Amino acid sequence: MAVEAKSSQVVPAPPGRRAQAFHDIARVLQSPRCQNCHPTADAPLQTDAGIPHAMLVMRGPDGRGTTSMRCANCHMVTNNPEPHAPPGAPNWHLPPPETPMVFEGRSPAELCRTIKDPRRNGGKDLDQLVHHLTTDSLVLWGWNPGVGRTPPPISQPEFARVVHAWAEAGAPCPGDQVTRSGSPAARGRLH
Amino acid sequence: MELTINDKKHQVDVPAEMPLLWVLRDVLGLTGTRFGCGMALCGACTVHVDGQAQRSCVTPVSAVIDKRIVTIEGLSPDSSHPVQRAWIEEEVPQCGYCQSGQIMAAAVLLSHKPDPTDRDIDLAMSGNICRCGTYPRIRRAIHTAARFKAEGGTP
Repeated sequence: MAVEAKSSQVVPAPPGRRAQAFHDIARVLQSPRCQNCHPTADAPLQTDAGIPHAMLVMRGPDGRGTTSMRCANCHMVTNNPEPHAPPGAPNWHLPPPETPMVFEGRSPAELCRTIKDPRRNGGKDLDQLVHHLTTDSLVLWGWNPGVGRTPPPISQPEFARVVHAWAEAGAPCPGDQVTRSGSPAARGRLH
Repeated sequence: MELTINDKKHQVDVPAEMPLLWVLRDVLGLTGTRFGCGMALCGACTVHVDGQAQRSCVTPVSAVIDKRIVTIEGLSPDSSHPVQRAWIEEEVPQCGYCQSGQIMAAAVLLSHKPDPTDRDIDLAMSGNICRCGTYPRIRRAIHTAARFKAEGGTP
């Protein structure tokens, strides 16, 4: 349920670390390793260039591909060591079509609101979101992507640190207004 | 390790990371499944693993223990599967190299969509490459197989 703060109690977030808290998270989420499976369209992307996946691969009704073109038909639980062969991690999939969790082409503010919204993120509250971002095996694969794929722009330990710091600060989104007590007005949307 | 292939149990003594395709062809002599690219890019090695169109060239054999594996040799006892009958009816193969993979992928498609549209066929079959370009006949044969299946063919 959203918490609406009265306008007289709300001021714009000051520039500085709070306003920048989501910046590094967005840089990671919009790196090819994350964004390629969070596309705008129903086709995953591939390579560092983010081109549509070869072979007409699609999201499918459950995020795991279509009839005889399921993600796990080719993507195993570990990377294939051969160049240009399918990478792999447990539970290889896209978000399902009802909650596509689009990262591609979103502003950091839009991205932030998307991943925080339980209606759009698979029902995760903030703790579950942090857990997902810092421990999920498919997320962690981003830092072990195999030959020929660039990992996200900051290390996984640094990403985990930033995610925890962001959550502890109330998970502020870029452009959020904050109350005079310092809590982002939008924080109540998480619960 | 023990594998269940075409409803038969097989004991194989191979490294856990050996691709299933190697086991099928080189260890067990089931050579109907083809080696094409070795990187899950062409579909020639497609077999069924618990009903899924698995690319056996990139599937470690250790991943299919306790699963039901079906190869082209086991799709039917006498080439009577609707897809096999349709392939003959429409004279699909040219050189034939990719065709066992094509047939196995088509069979999975029909198990999910008994009356597929052309779009369904495109989405299901685009991972199976045919250098001879038999795609129009493949498409026609899948529609024919759907008809055979509706008329009471085997699964």
